[in-house]
Amino acid sequence: MTIPLAYNLRNLVVRKTTTIMTALGIALTVAVLLAILALLNGLRTTLASSGDPLHILVLRKGSDSEIVSAFTRQQFQDLKFKPGIAPGRDGQPLASLEIVTVINLGGGDNQEGANVTVRGLPPAGIEMRANVRIAGGRWFEPGKREVVVGKQIAARYPEAGIGRKLRFGRGDWEVVGLMDAGSGAQGSEIWGDGNQVSADLQQQESLSSALVRATDEVTAKALIDDINNDQRLSMNARSEREYYEEQTASAAPIEYTGIFVAIIMAIGSSFAAMNTMYAAVARRAREIGTLRVLGFSRGSILWSFFLESVLISGIGGVLGCLLVMPLNGITTGVWTANFSETAFSFHVSTRIMLGGVGFAVVLGSIGGLLPARMAARKEILTALREI
Amino acid sequence: MLRYLPLILKNCWRNRRRTILTIASIGVSMCLLGVMIAMFHALYLSDATPEQALRLVTRNRISLTVPLPESYGSRIRQVPGVRDFLISDWFGGTYIDQKHFFAHMAVDTGKLFAIHQELTIPEDQRRAFERERTACAIGRDLANKYNFKLGDRIHLVGDIYPGDYEFTVRGIFDSPRPSELMYISREYLEQSLPERQRGNAGTFYILLDSPSSATRVAEAIDNQFRNSTAQTKTESEQAYILGFVAMLGNVKMFLIAISAAVMFTILLVSANTMAMSVRERVREVGVLKTLGFTPGAILSLILGEAVAISLAGGSIGFLFSVMVTSGVRHSPAGAFLPLIPPWQPSVAVACVLTAGAIGFISSLLPAMNASRTPIVEALRSSD
Repeated sequence: MTIPLAYNLRNLVVRKTTTIMTALGIALTVAVLLAILALLNGLRTTLASSGDPLHILVLRKGSDSEIVSAFTRQQFQDLKFKPGIAPGRDGQPLASLEIVTVINLGGGDNQEGANVTVRGLPPAGIEMRANVRIAGGRWFEPGKREVVVGKQIAARYPEAGIGRKLRFGRGDWEVVGLMDAGSGAQGSEIWGDGNQVSADLQQQESLSSALVRATDEVTAKALIDDINNDQRLSMNARSEREYYEEQTASAAPIEYTGIFVAIIMAIGSSFAAMNTMYAAVARRAREIGTLRVLGFSRGSILWSFFLESVLISGIGGVLGCLLVMPLNGITTGVWTANFSETAFSFHVSTRIMLGGVGFAVVLGSIGGLLPARMAARKEILTALREI
Repeated sequence: MLRYLPLILKNCWRNRRRTILTIASIGVSMCLLGVMIAMFHALYLSDATPEQALRLVTRNRISLTVPLPESYGSRIRQVPGVRDFLISDWFGGTYIDQKHFFAHMAVDTGKLFAIHQELTIPEDQRRAFERERTACAIGRDLANKYNFKLGDRIHLVGDIYPGDYEFTVRGIFDSPRPSELMYISREYLEQSLPERQRGNAGTFYILLDSPSSATRVAEAIDNQFRNSTAQTKTESEQAYILGFVAMLGNVKMFLIAISAAVMFTILLVSANTMAMSVRERVREVGVLKTLGFTPGAILSLILGEAVAISLAGGSIGFLFSVMVTSGVRHSPAGAFLPLIPPWQPSVAVACVLTAGAIGFISSLLPAMNASRTPIVEALRSSD
């Protein structure tokens, strides 16, 4: 025979101050953990939607990011005609030789200004990236000092809106369009004509990286091996998706700190939950005796007190979820391998919230187990005699 | 107040389990708070060391990854107040693999120890390091980590500077800061590059005549290059180091938010404990009042108990936080952070005071209630 749940619920209501305080303590712990998870989740979503499985990014051997890579036009000619590259609308292979640099945009929420990736690319590069489309204005024209700005950047830095001028290289560049890459990292970039950008940076011959599109996934693997084994080219190819997944590492310091903080806070709040439950057991000694007299077994008393602790922490977990809800959708930035900022949004998903409630319940179980055992072990007579 | 101290301590100890759990709970949270306060202090509140105050760092305004022309050096040298400068380039490169990360800097070997006066190295090692092109000087921490000795060879695979490189350890220097880093010869590196890629400088470390001229010199340098293709950004070395921290995101916000959450949690835990402890003792308070204890005395008894418990938790927590901060200091990331002193009196005081204050605030309400309860009612209470 189990003790009805209503008994626990009423007990929680009677001692509402203690219940609320304990639950709030757990709620804060859960909120800290969830905030970190939501941040990582948002970053992963962004990076996962940035890479196309058919795209292969080719960098100089030893380079882990586009910014430190170098790629000459001569090498690109060798790469372009490798078998397995999908043809574009004009029948030419879909291969894009790109130059990547970084500029500093002031203002916004960061007084130091933020570094933003500027990418110079040929028309093939735009054609390849089907996830990027123009959301306002128009694409830049080849040979002109025009750029298209990612939506996330335009939203964060008013100075990069349509019609404004950005200063880099050897002069001013007019912003002629906004591009939308969904949640992709391209939304944090500025794009311009490859030839014009490389001329401005006085790097006409040596650009940064190349992106090619394979015809299908099997070919993509073969193409990667082919490029990596080409001694003359001396380049390193990897799938674009893999490249972006590696960038998640830039959030590693935040991840480790956050998890460290959440664990320490969890230890603290499970002690607190234990304290509350011990007090509950001590105060209700006579009740426990009565329940035993009525015929409830030790097991059901253990279960009842354990459940009560889990209930408190469950409430805490739900409160914690409510606390982090407002974070959902807030945009922030993190520095990735190109020494520039990639914008992404906090994403509080259902899975994360379930995880948070689960975490709270684990805390409550740890905190409730010992007090519940103590309650179950009480002898009927001594329990009844206690005041 | 003081004569009640034995009674307060006795009261603390009457429910040992609760006191220990509370102290543990507060201690764990205060440990975290201690780490946060120490970080915040080191990042935003500490003064530059005398050596740092004498140095400025000039880099390309756009980004650290975009170099400046080497020729800027001679123009910087002419700004009044500048004593000397050192070009320091980030030599990316990998030792073994990505996991074995430490900083490799290419510098003018002859000037390194003149500009970075806080680095100490035996005279003969310094000369050996300056004489040999493929020599390197490494920090004591790095030497200890990999057990490098003088004469050992360190093999690096370049990324910014492509190719394989091998350097011989000719000097091991000591530094007051974490020193998992390696200096190599910039001259050697330049010569290994094709002609058209030479002549770039990543950063200029500038040595000043006096710290007071820092702002003026920084402005003068930046103004000088305002209309050049490559504009400069000159800042104090302290601000430059802080720039690396800013790459992680809004660290200041992060620290403040977590500290606030932790403090609030401690407040809840402590308030809860005190409320429980007072509720248990209503009758006892009645007895104390009958014996002639004034409401004020009872108030201070209960407040004292809460403060004593949270002070104990706070001190234990702070001691643990010292261990954690020294762990952070010795991690490879420590080389990019400002120096976090393991024992900082002001941080200790801040931690203990916060704990005491939280204990006081959390027990104020239960203590006032108890001291105001009329004797008869208190004695009648059956709780």
